[in-house]
Amino acid sequence: MPHRPKSTLFAAVLIIAALALVVPQSINQYYLFILYDIGINIILAVSLNLINGYTGQFSLGHAGFMAVGGYTSAYITTVLGPKLLLLLGGAGTASSSLLFLGSLLAGGFTAALAGLLVGLPSLRLRGDYLAIVTLGFGEIIRVVIQSMDAVGGQRGFSVAQTYTNLFWTFSMAALTIYTIVALVRSSYGRGFIAVHDDEIAAEAMGINTTQYKVTAFVTGAFFAGLAGGLYAHSKGFLTPGGFDFMKSIEIVVMVILGGMGNTLGVILAAILLTILPEALRSFEKYRMILYSLMLVILMITRPQGLFAWNWKWRRRASPATSNKKGSP
Amino acid sequence: MLEIKNLVVSYGSIVALHDVSLNVVAGEIVTLIGGNGAGKTSALKAISGLVAPSPGSIRFQGEDITRLKAHQIVKRGLCHVPEGRMIFANLTVAENLDMGAYLRTDAVEKRATLQYVFSLFPRLKERAQQIAGTLSGGEQQMLAIGRALMSKPKFLMLDEPSLGIAPLLVKTIFEKIVEINREQGITILLVEQNANLALEISMRGYVLETGRILLHDHSPALRRNPEVRKAYLGGG
Repeated sequence: MPHRPKSTLFAAVLIIAALALVVPQSINQYYLFILYDIGINIILAVSLNLINGYTGQFSLGHAGFMAVGGYTSAYITTVLGPKLLLLLGGAGTASSSLLFLGSLLAGGFTAALAGLLVGLPSLRLRGDYLAIVTLGFGEIIRVVIQSMDAVGGQRGFSVAQTYTNLFWTFSMAALTIYTIVALVRSSYGRGFIAVHDDEIAAEAMGINTTQYKVTAFVTGAFFAGLAGGLYAHSKGFLTPGGFDFMKSIEIVVMVILGGMGNTLGVILAAILLTILPEALRSFEKYRMILYSLMLVILMITRPQGLFAWNWKWRRRASPATSNKKGSP
Repeated sequence: MLEIKNLVVSYGSIVALHDVSLNVVAGEIVTLIGGNGAGKTSALKAISGLVAPSPGSIRFQGEDITRLKAHQIVKRGLCHVPEGRMIFANLTVAENLDMGAYLRTDAVEKRATLQYVFSLFPRLKERAQQIAGTLSGGEQQMLAIGRALMSKPKFLMLDEPSLGIAPLLVKTIFEKIVEINREQGITILLVEQNANLALEISMRGYVLETGRILLHDHSPALRRNPEVRKAYLGGG
């Protein structure tokens, strides 16, 4: 159920960008890594929200796009990095920042290309069928990477430099939020919501629904690739197993919990779901049980999304208009 | 204006339309009546490019549109109001109307059309900022028609505009359909289960049964036809 709060979202962008500057660099490593994860998860969830929330498609392959972006950017900085740095004028802060930014963008674009490849053939499918195809695609990517010796295959890939810092993480998160909110709020972007609400009516109005779905997939995949690059350079080590379909599910849960098509809610859900498993660490072996139980309770009590404050006026549309949803 | 020859539509092995031919002249209101599953909706969907017809040809203003995509057909001035008031439930009324003008780039004329739609359905103006999903059934139908008018169509296809709407509002909506036809000169192809009402406002009618055209005549003649009376008008 998409909705589009105006100023609040741009305020969120500012706060997140400010966070990058305010938090001291000398913070405890453990908290620092949680902050990185928060930023990365915000990017993943907000970008998936464009596909699953606003456009009403159901993608279970987001981890696959993330893997493409992560491996691409890690390969660039690690294998090609030394040569590229020379080209950029030695190993200074400026040139390494440039290298990192370039690798992130390259990761994003490669993932976007992958998004185009899945998007095009799967557009005839909706709902559950699309979910299965994207799931299969995510797994294919993982298996392909597993068998690629150039990136370590099953053994994993060691990233030479952990370039990820608060500045990059949160400025990329802010960029993601800003781009997607601006896109959906534009008059072009209303088409995404139109496709979500009623594909046939949208088509009858002259909206090229195929183009919107591909755009959603490609844009979503681009940001997932970006997140993958940040992830690779924060962990310093990549394994194909880290991008299995559980990772995709994790992102889907953030989107559903935040409220489909509610960017602010999705951001908060991404933050909450990153912190929650960490906060539950003191419960040791019961940790994941508690985590799952909390998800169940949250879904039962707040099916409209945890953070949908104004759900009253977004009450369910009449059955005639809310059928055939590609979303659960 | 619209000529359909030997149209066949099938979903897999199920044939919904067999060899249907019909034509609509500019300025007319033509109705397509028939029971459930007669193929009325399939015919409209084939015309507007929402389903692909296997044999058959559809010509609109002399141009073959059989193989065109839905959005290309809308661009040529043929607009379809789908069955079941398929409005965009999460957009406001004003945004829904704006989506109707999706393919138009003439901002000034667009505003004029919007004023016309608001004068036709003042209720939509009152509720312009309301989320469309919260409108009543009748209001949603008004919005669906208004949204179609926003594309400035030459030819409008309406699929069951009376479906699930309060009887009083059905009357209003049908009056508006006549008004759109007379004042804007928009040709209308109307699919309707309420045959009585449809034959009342239309000039000609086609009776569709199990995917075939059974009868075709001027509406007053169809209303007098004993078979039609028996099957669709509830009379003897």
